[in-house]
Amino acid sequence: MKMSKIVRTGANILYPLVLIFGLYIVLHGHLTPGGGFQGGAVIATGVVLVIVANSYEAVTGMLQKVVFKAQESIGLLLFIGVAAIAITLGLPFFYNFLANSGSIFGLSVPFGPNHGDLNTAGLIPIMNIAVGIEVWGGLTVIILSMLSGLDRKEA
Amino acid sequence: MLVFGTIPYLVIVALAVIGLATVALKRNLIKIFLGITIFESAINLFLVSLGYRDGAVAPIFTDAPSTEMVMATPQALTLTSIVIGVATTALLLSFAVLIWKHYGTVDTDKIRRLKE
Amino acid sequence: MRRYIVAAIFVILAASLLSIPISFSFGSPIATDMDDYFIEYGQVQTAANNIVTSVVFDYRGFDTLGESVVLFCGVVGVGLLFRRLMEGEEYEDE
Repeated sequence: MKMSKIVRTGANILYPLVLIFGLYIVLHGHLTPGGGFQGGAVIATGVVLVIVANSYEAVTGMLQKVVFKAQESIGLLLFIGVAAIAITLGLPFFYNFLANSGSIFGLSVPFGPNHGDLNTAGLIPIMNIAVGIEVWGGLTVIILSMLSGLDRKEA
Repeated sequence: MLVFGTIPYLVIVALAVIGLATVALKRNLIKIFLGITIFESAINLFLVSLGYRDGAVAPIFTDAPSTEMVMATPQALTLTSIVIGVATTALLLSFAVLIWKHYGTVDTDKIRRLKE
Repeated sequence: MRRYIVAAIFVILAASLLSIPISFSFGSPIATDMDDYFIEYGQVQTAANNIVTSVVFDYRGFDTLGESVVLFCGVVGVGLLFRRLMEGEEYEDE
């Protein structure tokens, strides 16, 4: 049961904009309100928009469940792996060893309101990206599983 | 005034009673699950409203108007609670779909036997 | 008759639920020592502008690990309930 041509064209145009907005929320989690869980939910809503506008039979060939299951597992493994790297350096589990250091995300920030720099906050942007990938894959697997479990009545 | 200071708590108690009444009095399975979701929303709202300070802003230092901020820890706990609610609701609705496929109805007065 | 008893029970439940938060004061929390420490030293120690994100991922990162595992198990459960039968399998009835 697919929608009319106007709805399909509108959804296909809107989906890249929703994707970019969700990735902005995930990546700037340490500067503005947001983070991994909120941005992952926004991106999964964009995927559901595309599935609802075009019917489920037309989307089945391109969005397969196996790809999103692998994506969810990669997200969780990245989250645990980044936290376990600190053990090999002799520090406690989950220690933020990139903050205030000078490496990839390690700029120092003085106390007080400022305009926000993307290069700060150490291990937190990496963990935001990992959790965003996991929530995106997880919510899409839930939607695809529930839609595949319904019978279609022959018209 | 005593009444204006407790409006958030009146809203929370109203939502909680509506959720519990839906779980206790309705017969359709989907409506019972929606009552559980309404009750979880009331508890999340109660958790956030415990950390409010008068005249303070959100705890974010990017272009902040002042440095007097509300408490940040209840907001972190509410984030975890919302995500766990999502996982619970997904499992409950999957059970509802399977019950409909097996019995043909979602009326709890007709799904009484354990194995039919 | 029965619906009046049910309505009275819910009114008593609402009144007893309301008596708990009335004693809290809205707008001035009592014990704020830990949050004052987070707001004052959180930006210098973790170099993040967002205090809520630094609490979720740095000061209380273990709770976020447990929450991610709970979400993963929920998705595994939903994928398990909608499984199609492979070839050579059938339902087992005793």
